Amino acid sequence: MNGETLLEVDDLRVSFRTGQGVLPIVEGVSFVVKAGEILSVVGESGSGKSLTALAIMRLITDPNAVITGSVRFRGQDLLGLPEPAMRSLRGGAIAMIFQDPMTALTPAYTVGAQIVEQIMAHRNAGRMAARTRAIDLLGAMGIASPRDIAGRYPHQLSGGMRQRVMIAMALSCDPALLIADEPTTALDVTVQAQILELILRLRGEFGSSVLLITHDMGVVAKVADRVVVMYAGAIAEAGATRALFARPAHPYTIGLLGAIPRLRGPRLVRLPAIPGAPPAPHDRPSGCGFAPRCAAATGICAAHPPLITHDGHAVACFHARAA
Amino acid sequence: MILVMVRRLGEMVFVLVSISVLVFLIFFATPGADPAARLAGRGATPATLAAVRHSFGLDKPLPVQYVLMMKHLFVTQDLTSFVNPGEKVVPAVLQAVPVTLSLVFGAAIIWVIAALVVGVLAAWARDTVLDRLLMLFSLIGVSMPVFWLAEVANLITQARYHDTWLFSWVPALGYVPLSVSVVGWFKSLVIPWTVLAVTYIGLYGRVLRSNLVEAMNEDYIRTARAKGLSERQIILRHALRMSLITLVSMFGLDFGLLAGGGALLIEVVSGLPGVGELTYQALQNLDLPFIMAAVLYGAVFIVVANTVVDMLYAVIDPRAR
Repeated sequence: MNGETLLEVDDLRVSFRTGQGVLPIVEGVSFVVKAGEILSVVGESGSGKSLTALAIMRLITDPNAVITGSVRFRGQDLLGLPEPAMRSLRGGAIAMIFQDPMTALTPAYTVGAQIVEQIMAHRNAGRMAARTRAIDLLGAMGIASPRDIAGRYPHQLSGGMRQRVMIAMALSCDPALLIADEPTTALDVTVQAQILELILRLRGEFGSSVLLITHDMGVVAKVADRVVVMYAGAIAEAGATRALFARPAHPYTIGLLGAIPRLRGPRLVRLPAIPGAPPAPHDRPSGCGFAPRCAAATGICAAHPPLITHDGHAVACFHARAA
Repeated sequence: MILVMVRRLGEMVFVLVSISVLVFLIFFATPGADPAARLAGRGATPATLAAVRHSFGLDKPLPVQYVLMMKHLFVTQDLTSFVNPGEKVVPAVLQAVPVTLSLVFGAAIIWVIAALVVGVLAAWARDTVLDRLLMLFSLIGVSMPVFWLAEVANLITQARYHDTWLFSWVPALGYVPLSVSVVGWFKSLVIPWTVLAVTYIGLYGRVLRSNLVEAMNEDYIRTARAKGLSERQIILRHALRMSLITLVSMFGLDFGLLAGGGALLIEVVSGLPGVGELTYQALQNLDLPFIMAAVLYGAVFIVVANTVVDMLYAVIDPRAR
């Protein structure tokens, strides 16, 4: 898929002012989401992937957060946009769903009313028309009796149901971009697969691009067109999903893919793992963030490796495995 | 939902009967004390004592005494005071009820509205000067004892500045029934209302602010933001809606407590002949029939208020259904 550029994130940095000075969490992240594509940002907890998503939506409310760089949506700089203009984009052209559907809906209102609320915030629609649309959307999410479900309260629905409601709500105003922040993490494995199928199917039906934040390489392999691997607040490697899975170049990506158990071939006694743990934000190394855990690390890794793009495949490593 | 309400009403009746039994036992079956002497009050003559014994069937077994007592209270309503001979207890209490309810209802309206304004404003402007000032005033409001504040209000409006244009409309202490004059009723109560409301404005304002600030960190608020709602919609429709759940249960308890005689201090200081004032007089004279009636009345109000709150709970919090 080679559509026009929808979202362009350039050198995005998020840091927090703390008692011990400014603490950088996202350290210069750049990527592009094209129209109709599913881009996956994958990384461990603390890699800065969720914060990147929240920064794009301007949903970081902490007054101590410092956000720099640029986020362009259809050429418009979101970081400098006045709040009312940003508000009409949120839930309109850019929608977001979150990790935990159990707590993401207001307990006091029926799920139908919550979808109606969003439609009425963006569309010049009457309550009845909005309700009809909400029920239609719930039906499109594969919910069997959408009229009945629309009248239920969040606590009466299962996690998978609630995530479908969240997706229906996100799609209610035909967003060009759907940001999904770990949409399947809190769900049962079977429900996870259903939700992923749904996201894949909806990309076709609603034509939305999807920015999928996840820590699950299996999810990436299943749905993403392209993938960005984040480690310690920076991009380690980025490229087309197929190429990246076939020939990972960054030692971290190689380690990650090596840790996925194989269904075929000889059974391993122990699953290979990357030794150590990701550094906490306040003691990230000054050079390559992965160097302390990396078998290939040498003296040169004390400097920050540049992200070098070759043939659409970007790697930030001095010892990147040749493609 | 209806089943829940019916069950709750059943529980209420059970609690009320239990309280009446308990109160009865405290007054009539405390070991080592003659209930007749206590009922008759200080310095009763042997003739009075005999009359009391006969009237309450004190020579009969306890269950019979209980039934007789309840008959005096609720059926014949002829329980009389022996301290002020001839004064009937039940009509006196019934007469005092409208005064107390007028006082508490009016104060409640003021405090709920003002606390909503204070809490929402402070949460909306959190960590600004406005927030700090509102919370400081609230703390001062909570800290001022109601009887002292009422006395100061009396001093200002009845004495020191009564002759200025500002307070010349204030009537003398006392109560004007609503049926006599609506304006007079309002004038006689507006200062006690305000005084009584001050503490609760402070308390509710502070609780609401902290509830709102806490709610603003919830995931569903992030969802509301991501939906593109305005800050006002987010606070009023989502955060406030969820914060009200705590506030309603607080309100039920406080309202029941005040209506049940807890407004005693302000009623005495402001010269309002309500149930609290009645209890106060009865306590001073050790007028046991009155005290017992007041205790039962208070218990009824608190239990009823709690039941109403529980039912409201089911209405405002779908998870509680």
